[in-house]
Amino acid sequence: MGDVQTLKKGEIALRDLSKSFQIGGRSLRVLRNVNLEIRSGECLAIVGASGSGKTTLLRILAGLDAADAGKVLIDNQPITGVGNERAVIFQEPRLLPWQTVLENVAFGLEVRGGHARHAKERARHYLSLVGLAEFADAYPKQLSGGMAQRVGIARALTVQPEILLLDEPFGALDAMTKLTMQEELERIWRDENVTMVLVTHDLEEAVYLADRVLVLPKSKDSNPKIIEIDLARPRDRSEPGFVRYRKDLLREFGLH
Amino acid sequence: MSLQDVDRSILANRGADGVKAEEYLQRASVKLRNWLSRYGLLAAFLVFWQAASSSGWLNPAVFPPIDAILSAMWRGVFGGALLDDIAISLQRSGLAFVAAVLVAIPLGLFMGQVRPIEQALDPILQLFRQTSALALYPVFILLLGLGEASKVFVIFWATLFPLLLNTISGVKEVDSKLIEMARVYGASRPTVFRRVVLPGAIPSIFVGLRLSATTALLLLIASEMIGANKGVGFQVMNAQYNFQIPLMFAAIFILAGLGLIANYALVFAQRRLCRWSDVSI
Repeated sequence: MGDVQTLKKGEIALRDLSKSFQIGGRSLRVLRNVNLEIRSGECLAIVGASGSGKTTLLRILAGLDAADAGKVLIDNQPITGVGNERAVIFQEPRLLPWQTVLENVAFGLEVRGGHARHAKERARHYLSLVGLAEFADAYPKQLSGGMAQRVGIARALTVQPEILLLDEPFGALDAMTKLTMQEELERIWRDENVTMVLVTHDLEEAVYLADRVLVLPKSKDSNPKIIEIDLARPRDRSEPGFVRYRKDLLREFGLH
Repeated sequence: MSLQDVDRSILANRGADGVKAEEYLQRASVKLRNWLSRYGLLAAFLVFWQAASSSGWLNPAVFPPIDAILSAMWRGVFGGALLDDIAISLQRSGLAFVAAVLVAIPLGLFMGQVRPIEQALDPILQLFRQTSALALYPVFILLLGLGEASKVFVIFWATLFPLLLNTISGVKEVDSKLIEMARVYGASRPTVFRRVVLPGAIPSIFVGLRLSATTALLLLIASEMIGANKGVGFQVMNAQYNFQIPLMFAAIFILAGLGLIANYALVFAQRRLCRWSDVSI
């Protein structure tokens, strides 16, 4: 039998991706001829000012929106919509309030045709991975924002995706919780061997988590820029190298 | 040694039992206080009524004392005179309510999901809803006669709309972000409906059910006051014509009781179905 682990999986290629929106009868170009390769198992952060199209890009990758032109290849196959090899973590946890935490975590796998008992078992595993094993029977409204977001992460992990798409996952959390969650996400990313695409407006988060950072320009005439983050993990936020990368990114937005 | 000290020493001697007894007393007093804060005003109202009526301060011919009303109710229910009326009233409103549930909930679930149909039907629904069912009662009588059919139909008509509109809005107000989340996991339309839309709409459906149950009893009385010779609503009018005021109040209280029972039954069902949300009475 072939070794599944060595197979290149979760590779993404964007080819001449363009997308416009019609707003008030005017066509607003959000993405223009974006070309990008995302390597298997890498963590790519996408940053950009609001309106730069970073969320649009992620929604196209998720298969929730369609591009006007160009295509997305995953493991060399063009995507046509949502797919089993991908899972999305949104800014809000998006938990079903009428289901327990465990049922919420098992939801994705059940919907994808997993046997209910098997799904619950695996859900339990990922729930303890995010440190919420004892909250399995709680309802979402009993959880804090950070805990709820963890449940959402566990739900995405339970389907064991090759690609994890994150849309400002910690944007709504307080500063302390955010730092803890970033550390946990890094640990999970390393353990689960998953390709991660992270949309964020938090430059420090991008430097902390990403192998490479894609900077989307506000003006559609300039090209997106890629910055490689060459720092050992786990990263130290106060280290000079870290601070330098942060400064470099700030400069991309004309800030100091 | 005062009496209290004796009490206390006995309790102390009893040891664990004494502690339990004290705890029990404390819990009982907490319960009593809760009961008083909730029902105290109601009890005071009834006591005031009783006292004012039997002392003649309220005209007992119009407001007979509570005990006279209760004994009329007792005689009516256990003597069997009111039993028939209660049965026929329950049958009328029950039939209409069940029919409204069977029509409104499936229709509402469907309409809430198919926007063009909802948009096409909404104006006519709003018009029907704003047209008083009682104003239409003469029309129903013309169509269906003065018998059971027109009574059941007018109740059905009035209960249909609150339930239908609440079901539709319940479906429409289900968080679209949850639906999108389900889609990301590849959920088919039926799965999205079963696991997201339906459970999400249930609280709003229950609001409709409770409104409809109240409306059903309201319309029941009105329809029984017009051209009926049986039913609790008929008894209210009939007792008044015959100047059996205690019996009239007995019938009114029975109606109030039926309304309370219906509401509590629905709240109970909602609590069972919606353990995840807070349900208030």
